[in-house]
Amino acid sequence: MVTIKVVHYINQFYAGIGGEEKADHRPEVREGVVGPGMAFQKTFGEEAEIKATVICGDTYFNENLETATSEVIAMIEKYSPDVVICGPAFNAGRYGVASGAVAKAVHEKLGVPVVSGMYPENPGVDIYKKYAYIIETANSAVGMRKAVQPMAKLVIKLARGEQVGSPEDEGYISRGIRQNYFAAERGSKRAVNMLINKLKDVDYTTEYPMPVFDRVSPSAAIKDITKAKVAVLSSGGPVPKGNPDHIESSSASKYGKYSLQGIDDLNPENSETAHGGYDPVYANEDLDRVLPVDVLKEMEKAGEIGSLYEYWYATVGNGTSVANAKKFAAEIAGELKSSGVDAVILTST
Amino acid sequence: MRLEVGNIMIKDVQFGAKTEVNNGILFVNKEELAQITGDDDHISSVEVFLAKPGEQTRIIPVKDVIEPRVKVSGNGGVFPGFISNVDMVGEGRTNVLKGAAVVTTGRIVGFQEGIIDMSGPGAEYTPFSKTMNVVVKVDPIEGLHQHEHERVVRLAGFRAAEYLGQAGKNIEADSVQVFETKPLLEQVNEYPNLPKVAYVYMLITQGLLHDTFVYGVDAKHILPTIIYPTEMMDGAVVSGNCVSACDKNTTYSHQNNPIIHDLYAGHGKDFNFIGCVITNENVTLSDKERSSNMTAKLVEFMGADGVIISEEGFGNPDADLVMNCSKIEKKGIKTVLVTSEYAGRDGASQSLADSSEYGDAVISVGNANEIITLPPMKTVIGYPEVADIIAGGFDGSLGEDGSITAELQVIIGATNELGFGCLTARES
Repeated sequence: MVTIKVVHYINQFYAGIGGEEKADHRPEVREGVVGPGMAFQKTFGEEAEIKATVICGDTYFNENLETATSEVIAMIEKYSPDVVICGPAFNAGRYGVASGAVAKAVHEKLGVPVVSGMYPENPGVDIYKKYAYIIETANSAVGMRKAVQPMAKLVIKLARGEQVGSPEDEGYISRGIRQNYFAAERGSKRAVNMLINKLKDVDYTTEYPMPVFDRVSPSAAIKDITKAKVAVLSSGGPVPKGNPDHIESSSASKYGKYSLQGIDDLNPENSETAHGGYDPVYANEDLDRVLPVDVLKEMEKAGEIGSLYEYWYATVGNGTSVANAKKFAAEIAGELKSSGVDAVILTST
Repeated sequence: MRLEVGNIMIKDVQFGAKTEVNNGILFVNKEELAQITGDDDHISSVEVFLAKPGEQTRIIPVKDVIEPRVKVSGNGGVFPGFISNVDMVGEGRTNVLKGAAVVTTGRIVGFQEGIIDMSGPGAEYTPFSKTMNVVVKVDPIEGLHQHEHERVVRLAGFRAAEYLGQAGKNIEADSVQVFETKPLLEQVNEYPNLPKVAYVYMLITQGLLHDTFVYGVDAKHILPTIIYPTEMMDGAVVSGNCVSACDKNTTYSHQNNPIIHDLYAGHGKDFNFIGCVITNENVTLSDKERSSNMTAKLVEFMGADGVIISEEGFGNPDADLVMNCSKIEKKGIKTVLVTSEYAGRDGASQSLADSSEYGDAVISVGNANEIITLPPMKTVIGYPEVADIIAGGFDGSLGEDGSITAELQVIIGATNELGFGCLTARES
């Protein structure tokens, strides 16, 4: 069997360099195990090997977040690990944040899974739980022995690409990530069983707790629309003919920005919808039905609105994640604001 | 209404001189099937293929899957309002070629059709990798309008399934199941001490490739209504949709609705299953309000203590699901919801587009955004190039080697909201 390669990230204290007075210690890398790495190596036996330990002082890391992260990542990358361990940091706040930041960078830049360990109230948990499996630990190093076992077990599972169990089964803090798996019984049977329990007032666990949404309060009304610069954008997928940016028909990963210069009317020759979630026939016959450019241009000429912003933005709302939608919206809103747009007509389908 | 369902177990399907069932083998006269399937002036060509479990075969784009059935006795015939007259169905005896299925494919109509892989990782996610599939590739004449194209292929599939089903008419069934639901007052009185349970069966009705039909009627235009569960088994409700194929109900899914089957399994023991309410998922707010009002009223009228509500689709229909749930719960009737999730490719976003504090009992059939890689297959039936544009695919989905990297969305039945499969999602 091929030995699993692990790199371990720890702070100056666990490396035995010193406490607070040494917290400005700059990143360094040492071959093999250091400090708590010994306990992990003992648990791994022959299955996995800690190739290197990267050490950084907590103060240095937190005060130089960007530089420290890239220094640490460069050190880790050299060993092409299968899994990275950060900590455990218990309830040490700055150590938790540093471990989390390393986890995030490893996840995003190297695409390697990360296992960490923290006390649930460690600030590193909330910020970074998405990027690592963080085993729930005691609030101090007294819990080291108890933390090592489940952390080591997850390291092996992740390296082998095995299915990771639920937070309860594996002992990690829920990452807030929905993950598919095959249950023992089909969905219809589970539904019938849940209804039986609900009717009997017996405890049952919903498989999906209903989401909580942001509420956005509307801006103040426009005082004089004949002076306002109006933009039009849509999640109904209105794009130039041929969908030049290849916006997906469902689960859009991008949006497009298109010029309205020289367009007074949307028609089957110059535009179409990229949306796969509704009957596209009527939109493709006359895309003004989704993005009312014809009417807005007339209103602009007649002085009924100040002006029409020269670009339109479009994405596909169908099955698109809230995270992507938020990201698109933040970018688009920023551009609209800096272009002096006063009002936006946002159409959906 | 009492229906006997005779299951004739089909172990294999082969081409033969005569269409017949012999010792569990379905023989198909290819020419005759093609001729009957293509019996429409709007069809230019029909090709017939076989796709069996374990084969390295991919079918793309899939429009519908239909189970061959035949009425042996009792009122009416299969697919009333389309293939047979609009008689009431759901009683008497129906024979089923269990294990066989008709799959329709052909030139793409919209963005919306799905994929079936007969082996490999994709096969795990679709029930139609386990059936002996008779695939009819139906291509229309040039210049046919999209709505017509969809209708033509839909009806061609029903003709094919009805034709094959006839082969089971005089064959002795390997097993017989009996399903019975009595007229409401009698049914209520049969088990007076058991809680009364109904099923709210939501049907997607949003236009091209998003439609469902009931006794030949476009379900957009129905008011919610009560039906006997056995009516479904004779094809009273059929599919006209496959948009984001993972969580759409094929005609096969309607014929074999597992919620109905599992409710019958507990009927008379854990509860009294008193019937179904079918409702639609239209696109306007007033339609949604009207249909959910009527649905809540009907389940109250039936005297239900609890209901299972299954959604079809996602996003816009989440609003219908939530309205049905809250309005029914407000009447003191308990609900369990069955839905798919769209939590993003990384699983980190909210899974539904609408929410209600009443929705405290939800069955998840999985996150449809999860990415899967489907390896290249030896045989591809249909048109593989559509992988980049179908819902769940993206620019570059189709690899040069013929592999497909896309969301689970592309696989027909992967997150079926009738709970056909075992897939689910959890917090991790």
